[in-house]
Parts: sequence; C-alpha cells; structure tokens
Amino acid sequence: MDLLNALVVFLNFVFVPAVSYGAQLALGALGVTLIYGILRFSNFAHGDTMAFGTAITILCTFGLQALGITFGPLPTALLALPVGIVATALLLLGTDRVVYRFYRERKAAPVILVIVSMGVMFVMNGIVRFIIGVGDVTFADGARFLVSARGFQEWSGLEEGLAIRSSQAITVVTAAIAVALLFWFLNHTRTGKSMRAFSDNEDLALLSGINPERVVAITWIIVAALATTAGVLYGLDKSFKAFTYFQLLLPIFAAAIVGGLGNPLGAIAGGFVIAFSEVMLTYAWRKVVLYALPEGWAPDGLLQLMSTEYKFAVSFAILIIVLLFRPTGLFRGQSV
Amino acid sequence: MTTVPQTRAIATPARDSLRTPLLFLGMGVLLVLTGFLMGANYALLVVNMGLVSAIMALGVNLQWGFAGLFNIGVMGFLALGGLAAVLIAMPPVTEAWAAGGLRILLGLLLGAATVVLLVLLRMRMAPSRRRMAVMIAVGIAGFVLFRRVIDPGIVAVEAVTPAATGYLGGLGLPVLLAWPAGGLLAAGAAWLIGKTALGLRSDYLAIATLGIAEIILAVLKNEDWLARGVKNVIGIPRPVPREIDLQRSPDFVEQAARFGLNAVDASKIWVNLLYMLLILAVLGLVLLLSQLALKSPWGRMVRAIRDNEVAAEAMGKDVTARHLQIFVLGSAVIGIAGAIMVTLDGQLTPGSYQPLRYTFLIWVMVIVGGSGNNWGAILGGLLIWWLWVIVAPLGQLVFGSLATMMPEGSFMAQRLADAGEQMRLLTMGVVLLLVLRFSPRGLIPER
Repeated sequence: MDLLNALVVFLNFVFVPAVSYGAQLALGALGVTLIYGILRFSNFAHGDTMAFGTAITILCTFGLQALGITFGPLPTALLALPVGIVATALLLLGTDRVVYRFYRERKAAPVILVIVSMGVMFVMNGIVRFIIGVGDVTFADGARFLVSARGFQEWSGLEEGLAIRSSQAITVVTAAIAVALLFWFLNHTRTGKSMRAFSDNEDLALLSGINPERVVAITWIIVAALATTAGVLYGLDKSFKAFTYFQLLLPIFAAAIVGGLGNPLGAIAGGFVIAFSEVMLTYAWRKVVLYALPEGWAPDGLLQLMSTEYKFAVSFAILIIVLLFRPTGLFRGQSV
Repeated sequence: MTTVPQTRAIATPARDSLRTPLLFLGMGVLLVLTGFLMGANYALLVVNMGLVSAIMALGVNLQWGFAGLFNIGVMGFLALGGLAAVLIAMPPVTEAWAAGGLRILLGLLLGAATVVLLVLLRMRMAPSRRRMAVMIAVGIAGFVLFRRVIDPGIVAVEAVTPAATGYLGGLGLPVLLAWPAGGLLAAGAAWLIGKTALGLRSDYLAIATLGIAEIILAVLKNEDWLARGVKNVIGIPRPVPREIDLQRSPDFVEQAARFGLNAVDASKIWVNLLYMLLILAVLGLVLLLSQLALKSPWGRMVRAIRDNEVAAEAMGKDVTARHLQIFVLGSAVIGIAGAIMVTLDGQLTPGSYQPLRYTFLIWVMVIVGGSGNNWGAILGGLLIWWLWVIVAPLGQLVFGSLATMMPEGSFMAQRLADAGEQMRLLTMGVVLLLVLRFSPRGLIPER
C-alpha cells in the first residue's frame, strides 16, 4: 500500500509535470532543429518567436472571450492558436525576406547568421514587449482538472492524490498530434521529402531541381506552427511572461543539441531527457522516500539535490556531459 | 571554426587615418550636446558608464574580434566582478563568521576536493566500468559530505540579523583592490569553464556560455550567505569622497564658487570627474595592453588561428592552449569592468542582471564598433551606451504624445505609454541588423 502511495506521489509531482514540460521542450527543440537542418544556423530568436506567437494568440483569446466565445471545457486559446500561427508565419517569412535571405545568397558563415539572429531576437523582444507588456499574463480557461486530487483519492482509496491538470493533458495530446503531423509530412509528402533531401545534401538537392526558396519558406511556416504551439502550451501550463520565454532558449537548445542538432527524433528525445532531469534533480524526494521505506528509516533532510532555481545548471550539465561523450548528440546530428 | 575569407576594401591611407579621429570627434559632439540639453552631471554619468561599457567591449573584442571565440556569457563574468567588489570592500560580519563561516569554508573546500579527486580519477584510471563505478561513488559521497558540512553553516550565517546582513561580508579592504580582484575572480571562473567547454564547436560553446552565465546568476541570487542574494548589498565603500562631505567642506564650496557653481552641483560633477579619471586609467591600460598584444607575434598567431584553425594547427600552433588563454584574458577584462560598474553604483543587485542588457548589448557594441579593432570596441561602447540611454526618454517623448491622441485609458494608449522603454530593444536590434547588412565590419574596421 505504501509503495502505491509512493508511486502516486512520484507520478503526481515528477512524472506528470515532466512529461508535459518535456512535450513543450520537444516542440521548441523541433523548431530549432529544423532551422538548423535546413538553414544551417542556430536561431537565437527562437524563444522570442515562441513569445510572439503566444502573445498574438493571447490577444486573440481575450478578443474571443470578450465576444463570449469559449471552447467548452477546452481552453479558448486553442481556438485562437491558428491565428497566432498565421501571424507568426507571416512575421518569420517577412524576417526571412528582409534579413536572412541576403546572407543566404551570399553564403555567409553560420556564425554570422547566429549574430544576425541576435539582432532579430532584440527586435522581436521589443515587439513582444510592445504588444503585451512585460508582466505575467494568465490566459488559461475551461476545465481546470482532468483528474482532480480529491476525485482520485476517493476513487482509489489511497492517501495521496493524483492531479492531472487539463493543460497538462492538452499539452501531451497536442504535442503528439503536432509531432505525428510533422513526421507524416516529412516522410510521406513530396515537399517533406524535398526538405529532407535539402537538409541531407544541399548541392545534390539543388541539382535534382528542388527550389531552395520554397523549401526555406515551408520550413519557416512549420517552425512558426511548432514555436507558437509550444509557446501557447507552455503559457497554458504555467503563464506567459516575455522574459521567461527568452530564458526557455537554454533548455530548448540543450534539448536540440543533446538529441543531435538537425535530427527531429533527437529533438523529441532531448526534450524529454532535459525535462525529466530538471524535474527529478530539483524535486524534494522526502515524501516519496517516506512512503517507500519502512517506518523509522526515514531520513531527516528534504532529499532535494538542488534548489529549483538551479534548473539551468541541470540543462547545462547534461549538455556538457553528452557533448563530452557524444559530440554530435545522442542521435547523430549534423555539424556545419 | 572557419570563417569565409573577407574581401578587404583597399582604403586610401589618408581617409583611413582620418576616419577614427573623426568618428570619435562626432561621438564627443554628441556627448557635449547631451550635456547642454540634459545637464553636465547627466552627461558625465552617461560618459562614465559608456567608458565602463567600452572596457567590457574590449574584453569581448579580445575574445571574438581577435580569436573568434563565441562567448555569450558576458553577464556571468560581469556579475563575478561585481561580487568581487562586495567580497573585497565590505566590512566582514564577525558574528556571521563566528556562527558558521569556517563551516562554510570547510564545506567549499570539501566540494572542491571532491571535484579535484574526480578529475584525478578520470585522468589516472584506465577507462573501464570500474572507473565509472568509483567515480560515481566518490561523487555521491563527496556531494553528501559537502551538503552535510555546509548546510548547517549556511543556515547559521543567514540567521545573523537577516534584515541587515545575513552574509559573511567581505575583507574590508580598499574598494580599488576589488577591480583587479574582480578580474582575477572572472579569470579563475573562465579557466574552469574553458577547460570543460572550449573544445566545443562555436555555437555549442555559445549555448554553454549562455548557460554558465545563468548558473552564476542563479548562485548569486540564491546563496544569501555569499552576497545577500536578491536582498542586495548596498553601501559599498567608495574610492572617491562623498558629495555630502564635499558640500560641508568650506574649501570646496569656495573653489566651486570661483567657477560660478553652487556646492551641490559642483560636488556631483567633481565626484563624477574623479570616477572618470579612475575609469580612464583602467581603460587606457587595457587598451594599451590590447594594442600591444594585437601587434605582437602572439596577436598575429591568435588572428591566424581565428582565420584558419586547421592551417594554424598544421603550422604547429597550439590552438586549444591559445583559445584557453584568450578566453581567460578576455573574461578577466570583463570581470574588471563588472567590479568597476558595481563600485560606480555602490551596490550589488543580482536581480538587475539580464542577458539582453549585459551580454547581448555588449555584443552589439563590439559588432557596431568593428570587431577586431580596439578603437572600434571603445567607440561602440560609448555610442551604443549613449543610444541605449537616450532612446528611452526619446521614445517616451514620441509615444507619450501619440498616446495622448488616443482615447484616455484605452488599450492602445496604455501600450503606447509603455512603449518608450521597449523602444530600446527594438532600436538595438535594428542598429545591429543595419550594421551587419551595410557595414559588416563595423564603424572602424579591423586593419
């Protein structure tokens, strides 16, 4: 019985949060990895792209709510999501036309493109703060819990409750749908195949008549969809704040690099590796251990390896460890 | 990392030699204009921080411009320099030392010993499962021991009058000593980081340094025993007299009257001028050393490595060692600037360190000024800092007047009223993008 309680505590405080966080990171990392695979640079503006898509979605959500339109038990933001995606896609395509294309035509060194993306990051950061301000914005509505702690306790008769917030369930389901769509697109459509060909060998792809500008445009649109979805899901799960989204850059890059830059499967695996390590290393295990160990063996500390504020240290440490042992990531990534 | 060879413009010598002085002259005119419009004291404050920014830019230029090292952890090294100002200049809190200071020191030593032991084990034992097992066992044992020793010490120290101190304090030495100490602290951290991360490819290194900066900041914010965390350390001793003392001294008031100034204005201007002299001395020294280094055989070797790593390695140059060296040197310069900045502010506020302001803005300075050129870095530091300061009130002016045209209290009016502040980021981004597009080698290109 006690072991069951320990398991429930583990599920409630470690497994469920880590799965939803991992799904958000995976979506973010997929965007980073696609840009790296096709455009061949690390896009530092990705966090702010997520923030922009989310900000537009939030404004649209507020508009819908003001009109009295809601999505039943689901958050209204999901209705507004397509608008956010379209706006972000337009922004990214515009950025590509005005900024990145020039360097692509010149075949500039990747590191120059990284610095260019810093400039884009500044601009997007300014735009986002202009649109929605710097404060915390909460925009989740609809049903709060899929499984409430009390309901679970009554159903199972256990001491501990298991709560699954609807935002967490939606995150996992939406992420799964997005990933399935992406992989179907990459593996089974002509355009997706041409993207993969372009990523594998640019010169060969060009020789076989693939239009590079089209591939690039489609990449940006997919990245807009992934980034906006990731941002909205993160915002539903926690809350929206421009600065937090900028900071997400670190775990997202860690996830993409750990999985192997340019490798979509790796990005997903990397997202979950980072999320699980972050949550497990900063969780105070005392409660789980209290249930799992026989009485009297209980330790007196909190059994927390490090405080939550050090979660960046976890992303970073995993990044370094993986890179020291497998320099191109867990799944073989590209390198330019 | 290899960069695409750049086509060098063949500039006529006359134009080339005039360009730098003219640009600096223009910068001077801008600053003097600012002084006339906003007051001499305001202009001096802008100049002082601009000069500190120039030192930071010199540090980044050393790493990026000379050696092509992509360090975007500038904020972390700045914060370490700031920490040095607290550790050197604040008076020690004797009660806290009595309560648990030695315990914390012992804990830190144990932690360091564990890490050293792990590194030694990794180097001495043959790679095998046994080495792995031993290393994991030593790591866990060391961590538990470290926490066992240090945790009670931290609790005891932080309990000593938490509203006023709650930390160990510093050494109580003159604050000017903190400037080289800040450099040393940053250099030490850079050596450790460089040893682990410098082997990484350029963009991996960038992410790694970004992460390190966040970790350093997390430590500063959460380890209250070290520098009070987000409770901030205020009242750091100053290397120059206080304004209030000057205003009370009859000699000074008399001198001020001779220049036709009242005592309050004169004291502020005098203090800022003194600071400026101190900062200029440091800037001059760093610039001199950087220029000498750039022109020495060592500087040529570093640039050769930057331009073609493979060829330089084939010539027998030790690429890794040079990278480590320059990473440490550049970080030390950034650390010195960090200590100066905290001295100038008189306080350490870890909550105010943000990557956009303290990492990426410095990068904008270097790129806009001209990477690889020390004079360019200085000009970039002054110019971009001036722009950063001036854009907010200017934006406020423009958007504030726009906001009054909107209906009172409407959503747009609110957004526009706040927009002045956000204009800074937008402007910096646009400036960076414009320079990268139309003048990729910066205002004063590398020669």
